[in-house]
Amino acid sequence: MNKTGTVAISASDLTKIYGERAALSHGSFVVPSGSVCGFVGPNGSGKTTTIRMLLGLITPSGGSATVLGESIKHPEKYLPRVGAMIEGPAFYPALSGRENLKVLAELGGFPLSRVDELLAKVDLADRGGSKFKTYSLGMKQRLGIAAALLPNPELLILDEPTNGLDPSGIQEVRRIIKDLANGGTTVFVSSHILSELEMICEYLVMLREGKVIFSGRTQELLSAQKPMIIARPEYEVDLTKLTNTLSEAGYQITIVDGALQIAAAKEASAEINRLAFDSGITLSSISIVLPTLEETFFEMTGDNK
Amino acid sequence: MIRVVIAELRKLRRPSLLLGTIATVGGLSALFTSIVFLMIDSEDGNTKRGESIGPKELSEAIGLVYGFKLVGVFLGVVALCIFASQTAQEYSLGTLRNLLVRQPSRMKILAGKFIAMKLFALVMVLFAGALSIAISFALAGRAKVDTTEWGTSAAMHILFESALNIFLATLCFGTFGMILGLLFRSPISAIAVGVLWNLILENILAALINSTRKWLPGINFANLGEGGYPDLTYKHSIAVSLSYLIIGGAIAAILFKKRDVAN
Repeated sequence: MNKTGTVAISASDLTKIYGERAALSHGSFVVPSGSVCGFVGPNGSGKTTTIRMLLGLITPSGGSATVLGESIKHPEKYLPRVGAMIEGPAFYPALSGRENLKVLAELGGFPLSRVDELLAKVDLADRGGSKFKTYSLGMKQRLGIAAALLPNPELLILDEPTNGLDPSGIQEVRRIIKDLANGGTTVFVSSHILSELEMICEYLVMLREGKVIFSGRTQELLSAQKPMIIARPEYEVDLTKLTNTLSEAGYQITIVDGALQIAAAKEASAEINRLAFDSGITLSSISIVLPTLEETFFEMTGDNK
Repeated sequence: MIRVVIAELRKLRRPSLLLGTIATVGGLSALFTSIVFLMIDSEDGNTKRGESIGPKELSEAIGLVYGFKLVGVFLGVVALCIFASQTAQEYSLGTLRNLLVRQPSRMKILAGKFIAMKLFALVMVLFAGALSIAISFALAGRAKVDTTEWGTSAAMHILFESALNIFLATLCFGTFGMILGLLFRSPISAIAVGVLWNLILENILAALINSTRKWLPGINFANLGEGGYPDLTYKHSIAVSLSYLIIGGAIAAILFKKRDVAN
């Protein structure tokens, strides 16, 4: 839980069934207020369905949820304080970016002066007058983010915000998210770029086949995974000899880029060092690394294709 | 709800739609009014179904709005297309989810859209009427039509009544289009079904089984615009039109309110 102990989103047994297929089955998770929470899962795992239920666009088949302390049965009570970009940006192609934002600002009762401010924030100030249909994918995505920021939200829900963005655009989104989080905004963000999420998310909700398989601190998830010991011999010719020595000692080894990756607890590093020394091999480095979020994700979801 | 109306008007006043509608409506109004006056001596007739109307009839007070009344049903078809596309495109473009996040009350969205489109239809009817009257005055001399009666209070009364009837008929067609837009959720499907039904299928049906004419929606909507006839009264058309629109509107509104927004 965060410093104030309040939750921005809380789902309990949230379920959505289409015909005989459960898009989300008894999903329970909590997103603490003021945190940046990643929402990950393979395609079709139920992320967008969950987001749509939280925004009142889809009626759950069962369970309950609250957003900013209000039940999702009454979205009118919390949506004025929520910004959202769902499943990519959707705007009127014949209207300019500026006009599109004005439509949403008028609808939500937000000052029109925010429109130009937000266009500048997402680096679209000079193209605000161009028709949406002339925008590149990255520009469309940035306009979607600007639209989500219109209400100056307490909670920002972003579904794949970095799709189609170039590296500098991705960095910009990361900066925007961090700035918002520093200002106290809760950010609930789904993305396929797990390295991005690892960098910015303190919390994670992980889905697989409509089920929540993890909900909690990112660090908690990563530290629960088996670490990897990376041992690099001083001379590359010693790689095979070292592999044989360690294999005989019962370690599982993979050779990657002139180094051995050994799946073992961190306590084993001393023994590995000793075995190498006893075999007459000098190690130029030995380090312990935790698996990345991506590796953890693949291991947990079994989706490593 | 006012906020929804203002937001919708912003979409409706986009140049491509506004100028396209003005051009279409203006073109139709100019075409039908011109035919009445320019083909006044034609043996093929100068009004609907090859009938003829001469300078004597056109010199009466009703002559002022004769062209305008002819274009009425086409204004209805234009309204049907606009109402249907403006409603269905929210689904096909995926923009409905944005609207509902900013205004969660679905009934307010629907009502706001309807009011904005009504205002758009009113502008369309007034423009078509003004253009038709201007063309009527411009061509009256050439067709040897005396326009003295056109300035009388009787003519003003007929003009007001005709404009109101055409606006009402346009609204009925538009609402029908909006219902189709909500049901089909695709602009092309909604427009195709609406236009095919009103312009082709109803006429075939009425020609094959004459008794159906009294109960078909499009024929009754159009009859409102023309002010009614002895064999199909204005009162009857009001009742039939309202019945269709209230029942259809209720079904579409319930679907709009309850249906998941999954695209």
